Amino acid sequence: MKRLILLSILAASMGVAEADDEKQHARGKAVYGKWCLICHGEDNGSSGGGTRALKVLYKGVVPAKLEDRTDMTPEFIKTVVRQGQAGMPNFRYTEISPEDLEAVIAYLRRNNK
Amino acid sequence: MRTPDGVSESDFRKALEEFANIVGSQWVFTSPEAVDLYRDVYSIYRNEPEEPVIPAAIAPYTAEEVQAVVKVANRYRIPLYPISTGKNLGYGGPSPVYSGSLVLDLKRMDRILNVDVQSATVLVEPGVSFYQLYEYFEENNIPLTMDIPDPAWGSLVGHALDRGLAHTYSQYGRDRWSSRCGMEVVLPTGELIRTGTGAAENTAIWQDHQYGMGPQIDGIFAQSNYGVVTKMGFWLRPAHEGFRRGRVHFANFDDIHKMLELDTRLQNMEVYNGMANLGTPLYGSMMPGMHEKPVTDPEHLRLLEIKDSKRPDPGPLARYGKENRIPFWVLDLKYHGPNSITKAQWEYTRDLFSREVPGCWFTEYEPLTFPLDKATMDTLNEPGRVEKVHLGIPTLARFASVMRSELNPNPDVGHLWFAPMVPKNGTEVLKAQEVLQRETDRLGVKLPFPYYAQMPLFWYPRVGIFLAGWQVSPDPKVNQRTREQYIELTQICADLGWTEYRAPAPLHKDIIGMANGFNDSAMMKFRNTLKDAIDPNGIISAGRYDVWPKHLREERES
Ligand SMILES: Cc1cc2nc3c(=O)[nH]c(=O)nc-3n(C[C@H](O)[C@H](O)[C@H](O)COP(=O)(O)OP(=O)(O)OC[C@H]3O[C@@H](n4cnc5c(N)ncnc54)[C@H](O)[C@@H]3O)c2cc1C
Ligand code: HEC
Repeated sequence: MKRLILLSILAASMGVAEADDEKQHARGKAVYGKWCLICHGEDNGSSGGGTRALKVLYKGVVPAKLEDRTDMTPEFIKTVVRQGQAGMPNFRYTEISPEDLEAVIAYLRRNNK
Repeated sequence: MRTPDGVSESDFRKALEEFANIVGSQWVFTSPEAVDLYRDVYSIYRNEPEEPVIPAAIAPYTAEEVQAVVKVANRYRIPLYPISTGKNLGYGGPSPVYSGSLVLDLKRMDRILNVDVQSATVLVEPGVSFYQLYEYFEENNIPLTMDIPDPAWGSLVGHALDRGLAHTYSQYGRDRWSSRCGMEVVLPTGELIRTGTGAAENTAIWQDHQYGMGPQIDGIFAQSNYGVVTKMGFWLRPAHEGFRRGRVHFANFDDIHKMLELDTRLQNMEVYNGMANLGTPLYGSMMPGMHEKPVTDPEHLRLLEIKDSKRPDPGPLARYGKENRIPFWVLDLKYHGPNSITKAQWEYTRDLFSREVPGCWFTEYEPLTFPLDKATMDTLNEPGRVEKVHLGIPTLARFASVMRSELNPNPDVGHLWFAPMVPKNGTEVLKAQEVLQRETDRLGVKLPFPYYAQMPLFWYPRVGIFLAGWQVSPDPKVNQRTREQYIELTQICADLGWTEYRAPAPLHKDIIGMANGFNDSAMMKFRNTLKDAIDPNGIISAGRYDVWPKHLREERES
């Protein structure tokens, strides 16, 4: 009986964790949609050029779209967003708060192993 | 702890506490992690001792908070540097000019305060971006449209205050500043004023009429440092109904003269009201929407070889052009308005050019009807198609042309805009190309295209702007050389009467004087007189456009 209760508490808390993850990913996706997709979406004539740049930089070794990547560390994403990279400008706290950036990081890493 | 020059650490701490009481402690940034985000990532001084140090940033939420912050800053003599959206990339980014200034970040003040559909006006706060206003109109079915510069994440207010330029109507809007109507400004003493008819205790027409009674002072708040703008009105346009584009191609080198003469006449007659873009495909210009690929034919490349900085001989090029039907010059014309009207305007344009320039030919495009369907929307910005910015649709697409790509596999960290203005006539445009080519070669400036392949941009109806993005390097030694080259070339252009329309903030101290030398720099003196009267403690945006408060002028002169 005791074990059963323990198990169900565990299951419930896992459910909460999953729901939290989903919420965090949804928040991250929204922030990403506002500030990042304009450059890191489809590589077409309307794009700000992030996807094209990463296509040329990595020549297909990793996916050119950030949302398809599974290799980025939180620190790496944070550094690029706060310091910019090769013409990509950085973002201030009044644009992307530390909490919003955590959510973007969680979203971009949702498929990491 | 970093403190502003001349402010003791204990005073600075007290001031920070007072700022926190006004805006909330979470909106006073002092950690290096948060404050470093106000460094300009495209800075031409990056990682050099001269790069501005920013001790803190403050992000108020209301005009009252701005007033209170400015009053405290006055008491402690703390220099402030207001920004709106802070995306002034290539012109200084969010970074102050004077090291030790606190950035007053107005991004949180992003309310759309009023929209009047009938008179096509808005009143906005500094943090409102073009994206935001566009989406607001879309979501609320508001039948208005606005001119949009390339980076749509910028603000109407910041764009206007640096006298930025956009891409749509000539009448107003393309020159943002000219479409402003009514400002609210916190003066450097903390007092609040409203300009235009807003100066009245009661105004029913603040966004409808630009002038009040008496001297109009709006102009002193652009490209300057006389106050913090907290609200601004703008004139917009009714939503697009139709759009037409047509191109005129010219076969001969000498056609440039007639082309520019007629273009100016037609613009001033408002036969066309859109941005006219100019290209020179025979000289290898690449332009979005036309001749997008670089020249690859070996014969053509041979004819384009530049020797001793001289213009490649137009004679053989023109022959090659005629054989291959490549024009010397192209005028890409845009017409905004109901299609029945623009049809007549285009026909008039064609008739005039056919009559006056024998041998020119035309390309017509299917006119667009608004609202655009999704299929049409999806083709915009694609090769050969019109760009979204020319229709007032926001993107960041221009960034792609400066980012890493097949054509630009090793981009630098950013760029610095160099943009002299020349008179809009063939003789001066050709001369400018030759001077700019010769001098950039002599100085060793690296540019992606020779000046012979660059045509000026006609944002303003009567002048052409030769716009080039100079590379910013991660290597300070390279940047130091770039600064010297920039300053020298600015002087050369100024001596020829070609001053810039706007300039990167870190170089204001070096070059603004070059554009203000008349009568022993009387204008520079007048601006200082104003500065001392309006901002006695010299706390707002010291050094911006080379206007310095008294104590810093004295320091700089000694
Ligand atoms: C690829 C690329 C393309 C570009 N294309 C264009 C273009 O088409 N047209 C164009 O004009 N620019 C262009 N720019 C330059 C620049 O990025 C834009 O003009 C940008 O929108 C300006 O930034 P902002 O609106 O955030 O202004 P901000 O950075 O907020 O403001 C600019 C300056 O104005 C002053 N200021 C701002 N707000 C206030 C205030 N409330 N009170 C007092 N002073 C204030 C400050 O000194 C500030 O530094 C381009 C840049 C790049 C990198
Ligand atoms: C103006 C266009 C633009 C915007 C907006 C933009 N980026 Fe980028 N980003 C780029 C470009 C271009 C590169 C590639 C730079 C290069 O060539 O090295 C890049 C690179 C990156 C990289 C590094 C990838 C790698 O492996 O090298 C990350 C991570 C990144 N961006 C995250 C973001 C996030 C998150 C956002 C939104 C908060 C964002 N970017 C917004 C243009 C942009």
